[in-house]
Amino acid sequence: MSTRTLGQPIKRNEDRRLLTGQALFIDDVELPGMLHVALLRSQVAHARILKIDVSKALQRPGVVAAYVADDLGDYWRPGPLLVPPPPIAGIIFNERTQVPLAKHKVRHVGEPLVCVVAESRYIAEDALDDIDVELEQLAAVVDLEKALSADAALVHDDVGSNISAHVRQTKGNYAAAAAKADRIIKRRFHYEHGISSPIETRGVVAQWDGRANQMTVWDTTQAPVFIRNGLAGMLRLNERQVRVIAPFVGGGFGPKIMMFYPEEVLLPWVSMKLNRPVKWIEDRLEHFFATTHERGQIHDAEIALSNDGRILGIKDVFLHDGGAYDPYGLTVPINSQCTLLGPYVVPNYDSTFTQVFTNLTLVTPYRGAGRQHGVFVMERLLDFAAHELNIDRAEIRRRNLIPPDAFPYNNEIIYQDFAPLQYDSGNYEPVLDMALDAIGYRAFKDEQATARLEGRHVGIGVACYVEGTGIGPYEGAKVQVQSNGKVSVATGIGTQGQGHFTVFAQIAADQLGVAVSDVNVVTGDTDQFYWGAGTFASRGAVVAGNAVNEASKVVRKKALKLASDLFECSEDDLVIDGGKVSIVGIPEKFVMLGDLASRANPMRGAVQPGTEPGLESTQYFGPPMGATANGVHAMILEMDPSTFELKVLKYVVVHDCGTVINPMILSGQIHGGVAQGIGNAFYEKLVFDDQGQLLNASLADYLLPTALEVPRMELAHTVTVSPLNPMGIKGAGEAGAIPVGPLFAQAIEDALDLKRRGIELREIPLSPSRLFELTRNAQR
Amino acid sequence: MEADDHDITVSVNGVRYQRQVESRLLLSDFLRHDLALAGTHVGCEHGVCGACTVLFDGEPVRSCLMLAVQANHHEISTVEGLAGKGGEYHPLQQAMHDHHGLQCGYCTPGILMTMAAFLDENTSPSEDEVREALSGNLCRCTGYQNIVDAVLAAAERMRG
Repeated sequence: MSTRTLGQPIKRNEDRRLLTGQALFIDDVELPGMLHVALLRSQVAHARILKIDVSKALQRPGVVAAYVADDLGDYWRPGPLLVPPPPIAGIIFNERTQVPLAKHKVRHVGEPLVCVVAESRYIAEDALDDIDVELEQLAAVVDLEKALSADAALVHDDVGSNISAHVRQTKGNYAAAAAKADRIIKRRFHYEHGISSPIETRGVVAQWDGRANQMTVWDTTQAPVFIRNGLAGMLRLNERQVRVIAPFVGGGFGPKIMMFYPEEVLLPWVSMKLNRPVKWIEDRLEHFFATTHERGQIHDAEIALSNDGRILGIKDVFLHDGGAYDPYGLTVPINSQCTLLGPYVVPNYDSTFTQVFTNLTLVTPYRGAGRQHGVFVMERLLDFAAHELNIDRAEIRRRNLIPPDAFPYNNEIIYQDFAPLQYDSGNYEPVLDMALDAIGYRAFKDEQATARLEGRHVGIGVACYVEGTGIGPYEGAKVQVQSNGKVSVATGIGTQGQGHFTVFAQIAADQLGVAVSDVNVVTGDTDQFYWGAGTFASRGAVVAGNAVNEASKVVRKKALKLASDLFECSEDDLVIDGGKVSIVGIPEKFVMLGDLASRANPMRGAVQPGTEPGLESTQYFGPPMGATANGVHAMILEMDPSTFELKVLKYVVVHDCGTVINPMILSGQIHGGVAQGIGNAFYEKLVFDDQGQLLNASLADYLLPTALEVPRMELAHTVTVSPLNPMGIKGAGEAGAIPVGPLFAQAIEDALDLKRRGIELREIPLSPSRLFELTRNAQR
Repeated sequence: MEADDHDITVSVNGVRYQRQVESRLLLSDFLRHDLALAGTHVGCEHGVCGACTVLFDGEPVRSCLMLAVQANHHEISTVEGLAGKGGEYHPLQQAMHDHHGLQCGYCTPGILMTMAAFLDENTSPSEDEVREALSGNLCRCTGYQNIVDAVLAAAERMRG
């Protein structure tokens, strides 16, 4: 094919609408007669509900309805378990899922109590003040360790403890390995993640059309197909009666795949009840409480080593804050458990975690989805080991890398996709070498000494990771040549800025010999494509991309077959390019693809038995397990030793995600991931008091990095294709975000020479004030 | 007319609109929902994220921190007015497209309006100056690098 675009930095098809203010986002949906919903949310973390009186609110002009839990009747029920627990022997899992409106008890600040419907958003919000609520406040469960003590208050009384889940997974025999080790290093680590805080908050619009017997829902979801199926069940409709559209979505990063949020359950019901369209748009304050977080873990971890720095085994016991309900099962802590192993040979592993119910907002995956926590523990253990064994930090990593001839490499324990954690392919050492070269690792020691003489404190960090990506179950795509010669691609996943309108177009364009701009991609509309799972776990390009490729191949075959019949020649003598099929060597003998599409849908004659009308195909792709990407980040930073002001002087990412579809879009994914990683490492912290109140619930106090905090990044890539899909793709969505925490900790320790002062950075996020505390405490 | 309603006349992208609005109606809501100019996005409603930035008599303002009545007899420019009449991109739009300066695109209208005003004032900015000027607009997708490159490229092109 002469028009191959795969691997090229093709500019995005979707940009024009976004750049000119013409893209449809959720709050842009305007419907005649639309009502607006506001939710009264609990202001306390844990309480018994004594009384809710909405009568005064109902008297306010413009208020149409106000619903409490009991008004929902049979429709009120706990949400579905989104991800059941994986098949691990001895697992404990206490399923307690969220409810549409709190009944009897509230379990976190922001849990909805009343759903108010009014003629405008302003009036609906006014009416919240009219509602009289009496609560009996209970002790809040906030601290992970205290939550498990015998006298702790219970988030769910009927569970009998605050244990949401308990899982142990092992590989080899750690105890035996430790008995033979030269050195054992044991530490406690705290890792807090934060909120994804997309610039667009969540929103739902529901329109019940009584005449058509049809429900249409616009939703900022990452998984419209699951929402459609779930809603049909709850509303007792056929799935074909429910259409869910995820329009342009202003960032997701994980929390927009949680389901079902209370609003997703309430709005369609309200629309049916009132027979009018209804809209709810989350405000930023609500977002801090009502959209899921990813928060903390406490790890007690130990590493057993030989004197030459080889890892003999790792033991880890950790607590994971799950929040008030656990609809997302164990995905986050299992990711932590699995991703901890990284690119290293760890022959023996013994990992146990307890997922804890707390009176805080639910925890579900946010970009990285627990992977950060695991990588932090492993990378820090290696740093401390390097220090104790007097081995260079990069060298100890190199000595433990899985060698290239060891793939597929089986880590034996069960991953989030329920399959054993097997790395499909990889070549790790060149990635490390490239990163060390790019950051100037060898020259740095001298530079650091020189800088120190000038009174400047600079430090270097290097961190490695693997990223499980591209998990099943499957995605599908329908590819269709239109009679105007343009190509339509539809897939079931939603899109939140990943460039799907372009990368899927590239895949179809290459197979069908058309321009990328002539391929129109539709994502996230269940009436356009019926089947699918969603956008999560760095899987869009891998799973849906391969489905687009398979469907495009079939359409290509159909086009060649039709043209060969037309020209009475062999398909081998045909070439498909430039929007037409022509005979090799006779370019004037051609037929336009659009004409072939018209011929495939004739007005007279018969479609031959065994064939279908149209130039289209629907195909599905499901990988047997996830593909494993890997990478190394390296950084040089400078820190003021008294104010702890930080400046990143150089930041390097070397990454391998197999076949690259569009390097421009890939770089964008990495840039954005690193920026979120930097926020997590040094700027963003959810601060709760012991009553479960979030003390910094505004963007003025919860600090997303700005253009001043995110440095210029240098990116490089290697390509080790995945054998698990025909295109050889691995996912990349989370790669930028995963190793930034340990990188910061390592580089700051190095810059301030903290190890020599007996200070170790064993927590994330860090901040100037936290570093001040840690160093001051050490001086005392 | 309700006691709290006001007649206002506002020019947006050169078009005059006469509307009756409640005194508390935010300028952002007025633009988006009363005038159906939904390209101006609302990210935080407390003036931090910058997504709702529009030009008010040529100066960038956060439309979520202003009331529609304050716009009476003033001129507003929004993202819908940035491209030429024939749909040709403003140099900033072109540069954002060329440099992949947007992903989800939600913060983009505010960034375009902020940077358009910035480049009117500073035609040859350094990278540090661009970053400083951009630091009032939050983007969660791009890590800013490609936006910075786009603004620098647009400045160069606008200098001719």
